[in-house]
Amino acid sequence: MKIHLTSVFVDDQARAERFYTDVLGFVKKHDVPVGGQDRWLTVVSPDEPEGTELLLEPAAHPAAVTYRDALVADGIPLAQFAVDDVHAEYERLRGLGVGFTQEPTEMGPVTTAVFDDTCGNLIQIATEPQ
Amino acid sequence: MIGKRTLAYAEGVADDLFKALADSTRRTILDELAERSGQTLFEICSRLSMKHQLGMSRQAVSQHLAVLEAAGLVETRREGRYKFHDLNTAPLRLITERWPPPDPSGPQESTS
Repeated sequence: MKIHLTSVFVDDQARAERFYTDVLGFVKKHDVPVGGQDRWLTVVSPDEPEGTELLLEPAAHPAAVTYRDALVADGIPLAQFAVDDVHAEYERLRGLGVGFTQEPTEMGPVTTAVFDDTCGNLIQIATEPQ
Repeated sequence: MIGKRTLAYAEGVADDLFKALADSTRRTILDELAERSGQTLFEICSRLSMKHQLGMSRQAVSQHLAVLEAAGLVETRREGRYKFHDLNTAPLRLITERWPPPDPSGPQESTS
């Protein structure tokens, strides 16, 4: 078994597409209408085009709102992405206007930071020791 | 004149403070907030587990934070959708005001 797709709920798929591609630098993999305004919208890392897809899923379900608000209030990220250098990525994203709830911090062997994806979620970036 | 009720209140405040300080996990939380004030619950939990190997439930950390908050050592603020925890060391003054440390610049205790 392999993990080939995981998802985050997003408030607005169009905005999420812009944020996850233009700001974070992922590339769109699938974009298929699935009824109404909703799309099956996935992105992948340019470093791993055949790697795990991230589904940007509409947060239309009422429970998704409660779930995400409670997690965000406590600063809990919904996904983690690996970067080569958390500090450099922090500076880059800050320059693009991204807000962080946790600045780069050494957590034992791992350095992490947490930012707001502007679509209702917190995302953690991490650099693991070489 | 200080009334009995005021004294009882002051001792209540002191009880909260010393109770809050009488736990090594809570002192570690204060250390971490001293390093950087304004942390989410997630960051505090991460620091305790990743930096200090203090793996405990989020609920347990919340309870420690509630004790620190009751003592006035931690304050919480809402900022948009997030909740941050700030360190407030002001209550610690109660200790040094009550039992002032010797003034290092003052006259030394006479030895002769």
